[in-house]
Amino acid sequence: MTPTQQQEFEAGLGLDVVFPTPGQIMRQRMTTHKGFIIGGIMVLAVFLVAVFAPYISGHDPYHQDLSNRMIPPVWSAQGNWDHPLGTDNMGRDYLSRLVYGSRVSLLIGFSCTAIAAVIGISLGLIAGYFGGMADYIVSFIITIRLALPAVLVAVAVVAIIGGSMQVVILVLGCLIWDRFAVILRATTQQIRSMDYVQAAKAAGCSVVWIMTREIMPNLLNSIVIVSTLEIGRAILLEAALSFLGMGVQPPTPSWGLMIAEGKDAMLFDPYLVTIPGVALFFLVLGMNLFGDGLRDVTSPEGRS
Amino acid sequence: MLIYTLKRLGLAFVVLIAVSLISFMLLRVSGDPAISLAGEGASNEEIEFVRANYGFDRPLIIQYFEWAGRAIRGDFGNSPYLNQPVALMLKERMGVTMILGISALSFAMLLSIPLGMLAAIRPNTWIDRVALSISVMGQAMPSFWFGLILIIFFGVKLRWLPISGSDTWQHFVMPTIALGYYATPAIMRLVRSGMMEVLASDHIRTARAKGLRWPKILFKHTLRNAIIPVVAVAAVQLGFMLGGSIVIESIFALNGLGNLAWVSISRSDLPVVQAIVLFLSTIYIFLTFMGDLLNAFLDPRIRSN
Repeated sequence: MTPTQQQEFEAGLGLDVVFPTPGQIMRQRMTTHKGFIIGGIMVLAVFLVAVFAPYISGHDPYHQDLSNRMIPPVWSAQGNWDHPLGTDNMGRDYLSRLVYGSRVSLLIGFSCTAIAAVIGISLGLIAGYFGGMADYIVSFIITIRLALPAVLVAVAVVAIIGGSMQVVILVLGCLIWDRFAVILRATTQQIRSMDYVQAAKAAGCSVVWIMTREIMPNLLNSIVIVSTLEIGRAILLEAALSFLGMGVQPPTPSWGLMIAEGKDAMLFDPYLVTIPGVALFFLVLGMNLFGDGLRDVTSPEGRS
Repeated sequence: MLIYTLKRLGLAFVVLIAVSLISFMLLRVSGDPAISLAGEGASNEEIEFVRANYGFDRPLIIQYFEWAGRAIRGDFGNSPYLNQPVALMLKERMGVTMILGISALSFAMLLSIPLGMLAAIRPNTWIDRVALSISVMGQAMPSFWFGLILIIFFGVKLRWLPISGSDTWQHFVMPTIALGYYATPAIMRLVRSGMMEVLASDHIRTARAKGLRWPKILFKHTLRNAIIPVVAVAAVQLGFMLGGSIVIESIFALNGLGNLAWVSISRSDLPVVQAIVLFLSTIYIFLTFMGDLLNAFLDPRIRSN
């Protein structure tokens, strides 16, 4: 190959073959991944409902109207458009309670996960980075946490302290950090042995520097994915606690509580139970699809 | 294998001690047990009498050892609410929860192993998608709500099954489905990915090349390898299901440990709650221990690690 041929060849290479950047590959995967898009839209929809709650529901979710108790939804014969999803046994507008309930679910889902993330990430980082004794102790703590029946302990603790939204957030946050710890421990172990971390060590960087500047950026991906899945889990647990009467207290419109309140009348008015349940299912399904999709889209191997 | 067993046994024992400490503390952080035992409106002398009588005035660590020592012998004290031995109450309710747990696990396995296998044999076909949707939906479905929907549909609309109680096997059908469906996604995903990995391996190619029949390849050569991690996960899931039985049992009014826990929590009968937490944790520790051993037995690589 003569020098001119070489130049032409390289020029040709530059013209014809444009390698996509990792960001482009990811964006391309995002726009074609069905679960990611559908899940994202579902979660976004619930978000919008929560933000614009006062504009969607025409009624006060706390306002009781005993002359209008148990009005069925609009699709049944006795329904009317003033209460599109009917009213509950206190005459409260069911659509308003449902719409405001999304705020409770999202608030609890995000706050619990934030607490769980702080605990789980710290434990996972310490175990994965230092290894040895630290790893042994953290693994031991994780084993203990897994051995405790989470729902039972949560119900018992909430019953002892007294139910309120803050208590539920705190108790659940302190119980569901296990997956953060397990996954971040494994990921940190992988990253720790990377050349650039060794290089940073050799260059004399402090432990804090290495953790925050070298390791953390590479963990962000896992953290976001685990967080989305944990938000779903926290929302389900809150609903279960509220359903058992040991979570958010009445008259707060929580979906789990609405199911509990509708339970006694569900044989005659099943909508009292089905509607909040469908809402819960919709939100958690959206979260899980989005989280699973995010994992597929961002991990190079795709679905595993 | 012996060293591995001893190591695991040691770990299980230490975890058990930690868990017993936590369930012991559960009662103590709730306030002064002497005051709640003496009852409402008790005078200071009465409270002091109860405190001295029950030994609440001694150091916590000594109280713990005494409590733990009695718990090992199966004595959890008396329930202050019913004035009955807690151990007796547990013994009466245990059976129902065990039946529920085991049948729920069997249901989950019967659903997830065939579906996971089919999905792995025919990836990206409709059967794979059905399996995937079942697992995705199972993870998003609130189990207590699923139970209520089953009651509305099969109990009230169709009148096929009884909706509350634990007298006959029919009473267990809906709780089993509601609880078992919850464990299905995890097991199915594991079977699917395990099967796919083994199916792609060299020894399966060899088996096919030498003309072995497909069913034999599937069951003998593939499933046996793919099922190994399922064993450990099944043990863990059974533990989770026993813990989650509190919700399901309260819906179906099953007379088991979960229901007892819930009722005891709502009437602040904390020694019972404490005993149930300890009991369920112990079962979980035992199950994971057995799962680990079985895993090591099936897969020699784990032993040497």
